[in-house]
Amino acid sequence: METLRPLSGLLAALLLAPLLPGVANKVKAFFGGRKGQPVLQLYYDLAKLLRKTPVYSVTSTWIFKAGPAVGLGALLLALTATPFAGRSAPLAFDGDLMLVVYLLGLARFATVLAALDTGSAFEGMGASREAQFAVFAEPAFMLGLGALACITGSVSLSGIFGALTVATWAAAAPVLLLLTAAFFVVMLAENSRVPADDPNTHLELTMIHEVMVLDHSGPDLAFILYGASLKLWFFAALIACMVLPRHSGAWATDTGLFLLAVIGVAAAVGAVESAMARLRLLKVPYLLITAFAFSALALILQLAR
Amino acid sequence: MTTAVLLLPLISGLLAFVLRDDASRRSLLLWTARAHSTLAALLVFFWLSGQPEAGGAWFAFDPLGLFFLAITSLLFLGASHYAARYLDSEKRSPGEDAEPGFFFSNAPEAVFTGSLLLFLAAMTAVTASRHMGLLWASVEATTLLSAPLIYFHRHKRSLEATWKYLLICSVGIALALVGNLFLGAAGVKAGVGLDLPSLLSGAPLLERQLLKAAFLFVFVGYGTKMGLAPFHTWLPDAHSESPAVVSALLSGALLNCALLGILRVSAVCARAGLADFTGGILLLFGVLSLLTAALFILGQRDYKRLLAYSSIEHMGMISLGAGLGGPGLFAALLGALSHSLSKAGLFFTSGVVLEAERTKQIPEVKGLLHRAPLTASIWLAGFLIITGMPPSGVFLYKFMILRQAAASGRYWLAGLFLFLLVIVFAGMARAFISMVFGERPEKPGEKPFREPRGMLAPAALFLFLAVLIGLWLPGWLDSLLKAAAANAAGTL
Amino acid sequence: MHILAELVIVLIILLDLGLAVTGSLSACIRLVAAQGVLAGLLPLLAGTEGISAGTAAFAAVIVLLKGAVFPWLLIRARDRSGARQDVEPLVSYPVSVAFCLGSFVAASWLGSRLPLPETGVAWIVPASLATVFTGFLLITTRTKAITQVLGYLVMENGIYIFGLALFVQQPMMVELAILLDVFVAVFVMGIAIFHISREFDHIDTAELSELSDWRREGYGS
Repeated sequence: METLRPLSGLLAALLLAPLLPGVANKVKAFFGGRKGQPVLQLYYDLAKLLRKTPVYSVTSTWIFKAGPAVGLGALLLALTATPFAGRSAPLAFDGDLMLVVYLLGLARFATVLAALDTGSAFEGMGASREAQFAVFAEPAFMLGLGALACITGSVSLSGIFGALTVATWAAAAPVLLLLTAAFFVVMLAENSRVPADDPNTHLELTMIHEVMVLDHSGPDLAFILYGASLKLWFFAALIACMVLPRHSGAWATDTGLFLLAVIGVAAAVGAVESAMARLRLLKVPYLLITAFAFSALALILQLAR
Repeated sequence: MTTAVLLLPLISGLLAFVLRDDASRRSLLLWTARAHSTLAALLVFFWLSGQPEAGGAWFAFDPLGLFFLAITSLLFLGASHYAARYLDSEKRSPGEDAEPGFFFSNAPEAVFTGSLLLFLAAMTAVTASRHMGLLWASVEATTLLSAPLIYFHRHKRSLEATWKYLLICSVGIALALVGNLFLGAAGVKAGVGLDLPSLLSGAPLLERQLLKAAFLFVFVGYGTKMGLAPFHTWLPDAHSESPAVVSALLSGALLNCALLGILRVSAVCARAGLADFTGGILLLFGVLSLLTAALFILGQRDYKRLLAYSSIEHMGMISLGAGLGGPGLFAALLGALSHSLSKAGLFFTSGVVLEAERTKQIPEVKGLLHRAPLTASIWLAGFLIITGMPPSGVFLYKFMILRQAAASGRYWLAGLFLFLLVIVFAGMARAFISMVFGERPEKPGEKPFREPRGMLAPAALFLFLAVLIGLWLPGWLDSLLKAAAANAAGTL
Repeated sequence: MHILAELVIVLIILLDLGLAVTGSLSACIRLVAAQGVLAGLLPLLAGTEGISAGTAAFAAVIVLLKGAVFPWLLIRARDRSGARQDVEPLVSYPVSVAFCLGSFVAASWLGSRLPLPETGVAWIVPASLATVFTGFLLITTRTKAITQVLGYLVMENGIYIFGLALFVQQPMMVELAILLDVFVAVFVMGIAIFHISREFDHIDTAELSELSDWRREGYGS
């Protein structure tokens, strides 16, 4: 049973991840005074897409076909290193946070390559923007992880969040708050949410992520959608681990609270989307620079105390 | 008596704001100045007779403070007489700007006189402060109270000058506050407060690194106010755009107040054994100021700005003297006195020149000797005195600094000093000689100019005094200077 | 354990960041006011023993002055001068952020090098020095006269916090004298801004450049 528990956490993540976009959408609908899509909409979409036959353009090569699969694979692997409810992940070793960052990068790389492979200028534009924003988002995320590693003295995700207790919060609350804010902004940007990008838009001037995956269809699109929800889960789980330092030790309580926190993060995403307008494309880097500044400040504060 | 000398200008200043009648306000200004200098003279007299007034914990006069009080008070006495006459003529003539075809109004006279008196109160407080925080507050008060004075002529250029003055000096002085805090921090462990007596007695116990930081910040802060390069940028603007009487006070009295602030901290540093450190900084910025002043004097076209740069030059030399230490400090204080006297005299005269010629441009003034012979003679005499022609106090102190530089083995400094003095002399000579002599161009419709004796008299008197101290330094002044120098060196 | 005080310190640093990048004048005034209020509250949070009546009264005066009186004066100066709303910095967003972070790093380094007295509150010395630097940044990179006053106030905030950090016990009289000076400074500068706007039809200090020894060509001979 004890060896199964980490795996059960992973399993829960894989099963529940598509719920998060649904929650965010439901919150948006609530604020908009609409009924909105069902919370389980993404599950229906995935089931439908998986049954379809993909269509490929004649100009595209195997890179286009491999893109979604590689992307999903990288994200799945990243999720195995993600702690669940403050417990160790199945794949936890010193330095795994670097691996996770690179896996996220790999997933992005695969998507960008596939988009470029279509040969369409439209998708190329999206790929360019995605790569540009990554330049700002990744350092912010890396520095934030670095600051966390400094605070807890551990260099693995499981170790960091396992060591994050109430006492840590009491000692370094300002730093942790800064990091939470930075991670939240990085999450918004990485998952193409408002104010960095709008998941619902189909206007070429504003799209970043959506435009890259326009040519994908059938199971490939399902992979991409599922991968996106896993990415959202990954960040939501990190933030939930940050803000939930208390481990009662009881498996059921911890898990319940953790799931609530993850869903809360998704709801917060929805709330932000309802309250804010999308930023002008030129201002998006400013948002990420702010996140970077928060992470950097947290690191400096931690080193200077 | 200390209380009286502090309160007198304060109360008169507030009174000047409420008085409605111009004539009574002017006589209030005159009588306050006279009473203030009488009190200052009495304070000096009591100190000389060996029974100085004890004063309180906050305000008291030591020889250094007394010396600067005497300069300030004397200058203000001359300035008040000049101002009374000046305000009268301003009232009668319309405010035509130095740039032709441009008119402006003046600030209400009540504001001007009131600010002038409050400015005196703030400067008196600077000289009397026994607490570094209070000294800081007083110096900042001098900035704020003199800003309305610079903006007496309400036009664009004086406003620009006022704004630069306010902002640059306020920011600079804010840095001096940081320096004061460092000074306080240096004494936290040893339990030394920020009041001068305990700082001086506890100086060896202070944390040395913090004391160094404190001196740096205070130096930059008060150095801004003193007009040392490269923080001098406000000075030419403010001096050239304000009325002559204000320029004289700014140059002759206000810069000295800032110098006093620096000397207070450097005395503490000297006691703590950091004299080399502070001396190095004073020398560096002294040379820098001399260099800057020399450069800008050479091509200068505005005679009030020329005088302003000359003030920077003298502040640089005073800083050099203070940095050399020993007899150099005596020279620096003598320099402060002779510079104040001669520069105030020159600024007073420049006001008359402006009235006669209605321009501040050097190339547009020619043959002043024909139009206003008395003014031109005083103007020329002032030039000879300020550039250090013997015999004058200016010559004496320049010579002493040179000798001290050579005596301490800094021959390169002595050489550079002489070289820059020659440049300054050349630059100023060109300007003054072309103004005073030369063929006067025909200006149709120019009325003959009646030279205002009442305005020239204080100028002539100050210049005479500047020459006098070069010829004969009275015993009492010598002993006051020596005691003040000992104060500044931290040995008394 | 001064968790609240430390939180306030971090907030003050964040306000520095915000001030360095914000382009709206009213936002700038609000941020400066917020920073002043936080700085005023700091002595209440940082003290190790109980709060004396004197400290509380002094904090109240500071909060009132920086949180209400100064913003009021500044908003009045802004309205009377008819200043346009934007005060876009001359340097770009990333550069401003980099400057702020850099100044904080430099201040931390400086603070660790100097043998300053031990404080109970972390980061207070670097934060105060960084605030002073930010004030400089505001003064030098904005062209409106009113933002220069704001910069001066930010500097003043920084210096005030620095004083707290060093626990330099100034006598009440000195504190009050300093406070009075700052008050009069803002007042006088407010009047000056009004005059500038009337005289020049703008309060853009970049155009206050008639007096200079660098561009005197073509005048006279």
